[in-house]
Amino acid sequence: MLTAVAAFAGIALASGLLLGYAGVRFKTEGDPIVEQIDALLPQTQCGQCGYPGCRPYAEAIAAGDADINRCPPGGEATIENLADLLGVEPKPLDPEAGEEKPPEVAWIDEDVCIGCTKCIQACPVDAILGAPKQMHTILEDECTGCELCVDPCPVDCIHMVPLEGDIEHWKWPAPDVTPGLEIARLQEGRQSA
Amino acid sequence: MKETPTSRLWEFHGGLRLEGHKALSNRTPVRPAPIPEELVLPLRQHIGAPARPVVEVGERVLRGQVIARPDGYVSTPVHASSSGEVVAIEDRPVPHPSGLDGPCIVIRTDGEDATVEPRPVALDGLDPTEIRNRLREAGLVGLGGAAFPTAVKLNPGPGRGTDLLVLNGAECEPYISCDDRLMRERPEQILAGARVMMQVVGAAHCLIGVEDNKPEAVESLQSALETDGGEDIEVLAIPSVYPTGAEKQLIKVLTGREVPTTGLPADVGVVCQNVGTAAAAARAVHGGEPLTSRIVTLTGHGLREPGNWEVRIGTPIRDLVACAGGYADTVGRLIMGGPMNGFALTSDAPPVVKATNCLLALPEAEVTKPADPMPCIRCGECARVCPASLLPQQLHWHIHGREFEKVQDYALFDCIECGCCDMVCPSHIPLTQYFRFGKSEIWAREQERKKADVARARHEFRQERLEREKREREARLAKKRAAVKKGAGKGSEDKKAAIQAARERARARKQAAEDPPAGDSGSE
Amino acid sequence: MRFKTESSPHVGPPTAVSVVMRRVLYALVPGTALYLWFFGWGMAFNIVLAVGTALAAEAAVLALRNRPVRPALGDFTAVVTAWLLALALPSLAPWWLVVLGSLFAVVLGKQLYGGIGQNPFNPAMVGYVVLLISFPREMTLWLAPAGPGESGLGLAATARFVFTGELPAGMDWDAITMATPLDALMTGLNQQQTITEITASPVFGALAGSGWEWIALAWLAGGLWLLYQRVITWQVPVAMLGTVFALSLVFHAVDPDTYAGPMIHLLSGGTLLGAFFIATDPVSGSTTPRGRLVFGAGVGAFTYVIRTWGGYPDGVAFAVLLMNMAVPVIDHYTRPRVFGHGEAS
Repeated sequence: MLTAVAAFAGIALASGLLLGYAGVRFKTEGDPIVEQIDALLPQTQCGQCGYPGCRPYAEAIAAGDADINRCPPGGEATIENLADLLGVEPKPLDPEAGEEKPPEVAWIDEDVCIGCTKCIQACPVDAILGAPKQMHTILEDECTGCELCVDPCPVDCIHMVPLEGDIEHWKWPAPDVTPGLEIARLQEGRQSA
Repeated sequence: MKETPTSRLWEFHGGLRLEGHKALSNRTPVRPAPIPEELVLPLRQHIGAPARPVVEVGERVLRGQVIARPDGYVSTPVHASSSGEVVAIEDRPVPHPSGLDGPCIVIRTDGEDATVEPRPVALDGLDPTEIRNRLREAGLVGLGGAAFPTAVKLNPGPGRGTDLLVLNGAECEPYISCDDRLMRERPEQILAGARVMMQVVGAAHCLIGVEDNKPEAVESLQSALETDGGEDIEVLAIPSVYPTGAEKQLIKVLTGREVPTTGLPADVGVVCQNVGTAAAAARAVHGGEPLTSRIVTLTGHGLREPGNWEVRIGTPIRDLVACAGGYADTVGRLIMGGPMNGFALTSDAPPVVKATNCLLALPEAEVTKPADPMPCIRCGECARVCPASLLPQQLHWHIHGREFEKVQDYALFDCIECGCCDMVCPSHIPLTQYFRFGKSEIWAREQERKKADVARARHEFRQERLEREKREREARLAKKRAAVKKGAGKGSEDKKAAIQAARERARARKQAAEDPPAGDSGSE
Repeated sequence: MRFKTESSPHVGPPTAVSVVMRRVLYALVPGTALYLWFFGWGMAFNIVLAVGTALAAEAAVLALRNRPVRPALGDFTAVVTAWLLALALPSLAPWWLVVLGSLFAVVLGKQLYGGIGQNPFNPAMVGYVVLLISFPREMTLWLAPAGPGESGLGLAATARFVFTGELPAGMDWDAITMATPLDALMTGLNQQQTITEITASPVFGALAGSGWEWIALAWLAGGLWLLYQRVITWQVPVAMLGTVFALSLVFHAVDPDTYAGPMIHLLSGGTLLGAFFIATDPVSGSTTPRGRLVFGAGVGAFTYVIRTWGGYPDGVAFAVLLMNMAVPVIDHYTRPRVFGHGEAS
């Protein structure tokens, strides 16, 4: 009896020491949580989450004021990453914030532009070039597709155009087989229905 | 540390012995293909930045004339491959797995095939940089299929001494025989090209590796070597194990040196080039001719008369198919490259480009059906044949689960997409496509992350600027208020005077506008 | 002309899972035939019942899971699982034992994990171990190896016993059943007999168990054919048999009276069937070449340890399941060196 107690005490002590050692040895010195959250956000600065930019949203998440499913440009992938980082369950995108869509960039119809500079003031990343009474143009590479410039335009000359579709942005599609048998089954079902 | 080249051969892990199907196309000599009515020359026929057009629609061009200049270091010019008139600079179908269009220069040929005066040069005493510039001006890219600019590849960079040039005559993909025919018919050109390249990189030796299923090619090169008498070049017959023609695998087989994963062959003292590129280099230097044609294999049971043709770059594929007697009734898939690594074309409208070594038309019956793949049973056959010693079954598992960090841990980017794993998978899983998807997905995510970083920086900069502007405005305002508060001080005297002066100036301007100069009044 | 595009390679593999599984079944034929020869019709009932149950169970579960049934049945994996389970059961097993084992193997061991390719444990061994733990008495009903072609029970009598549990008049248990060699070994050692005394009993033949030894050699022949056909790789059988051989040799050399020699260990119980047909199951085993060596060696070591010091006469099933648990770790630490990567990474 005494040996058993002693043995268990010994094991407990040894495990405790090991855990303590591991805690010191493998300690991870992480970024502050806001930085980590901000790094996962797409930086469109679109404000669809209800906060004036990605960083304020990251701060709100860190403070527990905002949910992780309010970023439409990031979509499912961002939600999953955030859930992973914060150790919570991923949830579907909040429809109140908007819906996920393929990446777009703004394009100014320069024939219509009157050079009012309203869009320049709206752009969160300074991706629109132009001066008063001169037509404006968009730096496509810098545009985040946030759509904030679309509404202020008094003559509706800004349009969102899809980004993908050219050879430069082409990606190999995922094989159309996952999870093979289910797809086959679904197709069978559809044909017979 | 580095061993001197010997005739000893090494092995790489895995690989497959595949049925060659070479006899379909390698029995007849290379024939010249007719010049088509319309040449379509894509601006990007190489790895790197697309070339910039330097001709305009309506301009007459000659064969060998530069019609687009390289844009940046890793880029090459494009030459007109026959004489004629530039009729369009626009997006046209290009050979690409996406089936999408890309920018091209279109020339309507005039049938005269008038050529720019060639500018041959003597190799003796030529500086490596000069030779490289010549190869670059000749528009040379790797003709084995990768299309990397030759001049860049021949410039391994400072601190990397190269002692060996490896010429790749393995041609390990089934069906393809353009290098086979080239080695049989023009061995002297290959040897001359080898000397050009050796001079550029300062290599004392050259090994030409040829798969032993091409004995005629080995013999032809060897007899050319005997005539030539040089002892700096050696021809080696290597076992026909696919993918022995992959650059790193070939270097391993010939030298036993293993190119590090993130490195270049130059890291182990080797530069590797395709035999076709060597021949083109000889023509570029000794003949002064830019790259305007190449040998293309047209083969497969989907074509009536397979063979090899010397084709002008830019010839639409459908014109070439006519050379090969047209399609057989059963054709189901048209492939640029070989059956293992080539990509399927959506149509035969795109042109032959510099990288086009083979056009393979497979009958429907020979093509894999996208049959229902089964779940992986972890049999490990894929790992047994993988020439990069990867674990395709694990890579597949993690890509399937979209765990992209894990995938990189399993060295996805060391995959050379040779297709061996697909060929042995009893579950018929499209492994290579999984790996291509995984790679492009990781690249895209990396791009997105970089873009997000730029956007964050720009946003923060803008926030700062707005903040600064606000502060400055407030400071100005505060200064003004302070000035007003001071009341009838000396400052306000100054100000009054200034306002007065301004008003007078305005009045004067107004008057000038009301009394236009006499000369102008008549015109109104 | 327009064409369909697909990723390369454009020509397909000449093999398929169903082909692989069919070859495994072919390789099982000689050993199974010898079983019938020595032990009579009981094994035939085992196989028919197990395979029938497995196919029915697989079809039922797939239908419930909304998966296509026919391709899954056509891949022969359920047949192989059931066949191996049947071979592991005693030749006079009652019908419900076989059906229950087969159900456990397919439903619990395979389909509940997601079906083919997803199961972490060898399904046949899951079924076997469930029966071994739950019905220890029924799991020892082995007929005596009656010698070529003269089994103790005819076809009708066997059928009667399997389905009703009744023996023909004038026959009783003790007359027809017999301990397996490994059972005899364990019992004998518990009674303080020496190995020489134990192996003198009629249970043992020239090499190992009488009758059993030939069946074991038939598994070896089938296994070698699978190796030749490249259905299995050499690592698992070599590592497992090598470990069993080495351990039994060492202990036998130290104390020949208490530890049986390598011949008995290699040719008795599930050693050879396990080495070539069970531990080589790719789904639940290690998938890297070096990992397969570790896996095989582990199965061999556990088998020997359980047989020699454990409570069960044979240990192959437990050894396989124990090593199945270690597979993720083994796979992680035995990744091959990727081309162009340093030795260290």
